[in-house]
Amino acid sequence: MSAPLRRNSFDAAAARRRCLTYRRRILDISQQVTALHVAPAFSCLEMVDVIYHGLVRSDALPDGKPAFRDGFVMSKGHGCLAQYVILEEKGILSRDDLARYCRADGRLGAHPDYGVPGIEASTGSLGHGLGIAAGMACAEKIKGSDRNTFVVLSDGELQEGSSWEGFMMAANLRLANLVAFIDLNDFSGLERMSEGHPAFHPVADKLRAFHWEAVEVNGHDAEAIFAAVTGRRGDRPLAVVGRTVKGKGVSYMENVPIWHYRSPNKEEYAQALAELKEIGA
Amino acid sequence: MRNTFANTFYEAALKDERLCTVVADISPAGAMDKFRTGFPHRFINTGVAEQIMIGLCAGMALRGLRPFAYTIATFTLFRPFEFVRDDLCYHDLPVTVVGIGGGVTYSTLGGTHHAQEDVAIASAIPNMSVLAPCDPAETRAATQWAVNEERFRRGPVYLRLGKAGEPELTGTAEPFVFGRLRYLKRGEDVCILGYGPILKLAFELAARFEAKGKSVSIISCHTVKPLDAEGVIEALRRHRHVIVIEEMAPTGGLGPQVKSLAWDSEARCRLDTFALQDAFIHVYGSHAELLAAHGLDTASIARRLGLD
Repeated sequence: MSAPLRRNSFDAAAARRRCLTYRRRILDISQQVTALHVAPAFSCLEMVDVIYHGLVRSDALPDGKPAFRDGFVMSKGHGCLAQYVILEEKGILSRDDLARYCRADGRLGAHPDYGVPGIEASTGSLGHGLGIAAGMACAEKIKGSDRNTFVVLSDGELQEGSSWEGFMMAANLRLANLVAFIDLNDFSGLERMSEGHPAFHPVADKLRAFHWEAVEVNGHDAEAIFAAVTGRRGDRPLAVVGRTVKGKGVSYMENVPIWHYRSPNKEEYAQALAELKEIGA
Repeated sequence: MRNTFANTFYEAALKDERLCTVVADISPAGAMDKFRTGFPHRFINTGVAEQIMIGLCAGMALRGLRPFAYTIATFTLFRPFEFVRDDLCYHDLPVTVVGIGGGVTYSTLGGTHHAQEDVAIASAIPNMSVLAPCDPAETRAATQWAVNEERFRRGPVYLRLGKAGEPELTGTAEPFVFGRLRYLKRGEDVCILGYGPILKLAFELAARFEAKGKSVSIISCHTVKPLDAEGVIEALRRHRHVIVIEEMAPTGGLGPQVKSLAWDSEARCRLDTFALQDAFIHVYGSHAELLAAHGLDTASIARRLGLD
């Protein structure tokens, strides 16, 4: 039995405005350090935004901060800047936290760390998050709770056998309260996956063969991402396979592998800010 | 030991509905069948897939359950090693990783089924505790600890068990306390320390020492990590001859730790350590025969100690 999802309407225009702000904020942070994962955060940003602003239910704490009722695991840990800037906006991380990103006197690293407010699992090594998220979803099912678990995976980490162990067991356990978002940006660290690993595609068909419900969407279209989740059948785990562009929004970053980890210099930063605009469907 | 663990765990599960079991095609579910039948919704078999066994346990622990991962030692610890390290130890989660057949218990199955380095590897990971009871009664005590509230204030535990048919060694011993070594027998001259079912050799060696007029202490170091350093140092101080026996690789186990403590505490006793060889030995007989091939049998040890 599927747990109920929040079904209120989703304001796609507001999501576009937020994601523009988040991209600018991530670029600002990029000027504090020599290396960080800008492009991997840009490719999954709309999906993470939909999760936090459209899907995860929360209760307001006395201090005004939200307490999340639904779970979220950033399995592609290198996308965590997308998570950090949203947690900052929600007041769970402070501006000071982000100012100390990757500094000895701070608490935010280049991969999310369990124990930091808002971070539910430590990731970074790929192929771990789906199993942890499945365990969370399984526990909620055992406990009879209606909490959902959301997880964002990269396409590269689908090359890990452990991811497929996770897909297999989540389906066997009929975890209808688990939703996986796959950031199909077509790049692993070294190469374009469709070229280097042509048998990797089609992804959605593989997931369906593993008894998942799978929906393919434009991974930068917040409205479509939201609709894919709210319109699901709901009798099994759901995968939202989002076709995305690594480095989305900055011309020189898009689909260029070096931006997996490089920080833009001053000129590149200025160019990126000038180029950024709201990304539509 | 398997059955004692399973029965003790089942009794605890009757009272604590957070206790869950995640197995990876342990064949047959055998000892755990009672739990499986009694609590089908808290029993998960991932099949021949050990990484997800550990991943599920991590997620379940993060949501307040108390999962036990359970299969043959090499498949609970080695196959999913990075998941044990990252998902359980890095998160410091109260998951118990139960390894059946630690050491070379599965003697006829070959090196693929031997966990002869398990204690060293598990001990090397931060936050991990390592428990290795020596007989069914101590397994019961260790399991009772592993399901109690105190245990769940700690992080992950590797519980190393034997298989079946181990003799009782702890009948007259002092009570089991996690983190404290335990005298199974007190003497004045010689002290034999070890963990796990191999401790039965200690009793056979003790008889040989006693025949020569020496009195012998035997200690179960069931908690290999955190090791009771004070207890070890006291044993080194109180005995003229200390012997460590372990069914584990010669690197990273109890023997090297006792030697290190002996140096630090300026111990003056004689100290001998016996472990498995640093080798894969292709012998497919009984457990005792494979141990003998490693030099871990009473006759070999007695010879090396000049007792014959």
